[in-house]
Amino acid sequence: MAVTDYLREQFMPHIWCPGCGHGIVLNSLVRAVEQIGLEKNDVVMVSGIGCSARMAGYLDFHTMHTLHGRALAFATGAKMGNPRLKVIVPMGDGDALAIGGNHFIHAARRNMDLTAIVMNNNIYGMTGGQFSPATPKNRYATTAPYGTIDEPFDVVKVATAAGASFVARSTTYHVNELIKLIREGIEHPGFSVIEILDQCPTYYGRKNLSGSAVDMLKHFKENSVKIGKGTGAPGEIEIGVFVKEVRPEYCDKYESLVKEVQGGKK
Amino acid sequence: MKKKLKFNRDWCKGCGICVEFCPKNVLELDDELKIYAPRSGDCIFCKMCELRCPDIAIQIIETQEESDEEK
Repeated sequence: MAVTDYLREQFMPHIWCPGCGHGIVLNSLVRAVEQIGLEKNDVVMVSGIGCSARMAGYLDFHTMHTLHGRALAFATGAKMGNPRLKVIVPMGDGDALAIGGNHFIHAARRNMDLTAIVMNNNIYGMTGGQFSPATPKNRYATTAPYGTIDEPFDVVKVATAAGASFVARSTTYHVNELIKLIREGIEHPGFSVIEILDQCPTYYGRKNLSGSAVDMLKHFKENSVKIGKGTGAPGEIEIGVFVKEVRPEYCDKYESLVKEVQGGKK
Repeated sequence: MKKKLKFNRDWCKGCGICVEFCPKNVLELDDELKIYAPRSGDCIFCKMCELRCPDIAIQIIETQEESDEEK
């Protein structure tokens, strides 16, 4: 199938700003799904609220646009209802870590076969550029005119600590790797978290004088290092697969429990 | 079969990512900030523009050579 066959073309062009990284993630995601060869009816996309959550509207899968931060809870229900389906959850950094922080860690803990794509643009774009839990220290936002004093969350470390069995990070510059990681994440039988650093030229870029979308992509290009190849310098972005372990999956465990409990009955 | 760049001008928002990261400097933005390929002969079909386009406005398609001649 062609890439555009997965899109709801009647809603294109999308609402995202010129140069927004979410579009690149959408592009990569569609290609990953195409490479795996999934049918449109085999995929469920559940999103919350935010710029990133609009993605569900543009893709011609089964889609749900749900409550802010609660996409993983709805996704858990969809997966339990029909474990055969591939469930993909696109989330923003605020959606995943602030409003949905609790859902995020508990979904990771259960190790249900969901794919959480965390599009980290370091800011709340849709609501006007407030700082998020992923805004680096001393960076500017509408609600941090003198720079934020908060320490940011590291999505990879949070997901790893919470028990996700596949954790990876990439950027919107590294598109070939991004497609590969999304593909691996979808195919992984367990809770997968893929953090994608993407650019918000409209809010984060303007507030922090990061330049255009092109300049922000160049920043990703120049500051990214493969896992273990870095020098530990501040601002360095480690990319690659951090965790990949096959652990018992939640739906499988649930099914075997049901069988065990009903074992004596005929 | 022949490869060819195909642009969707209605979807292009003129961010310039494809222009900047094209290794062969094939692409440019026109007066309306829409993508076009003034040096399409240099294109090596590496797909870097197609994959990085946030608006999915670029596609590399395969065409029959005779259909090119018809045009």
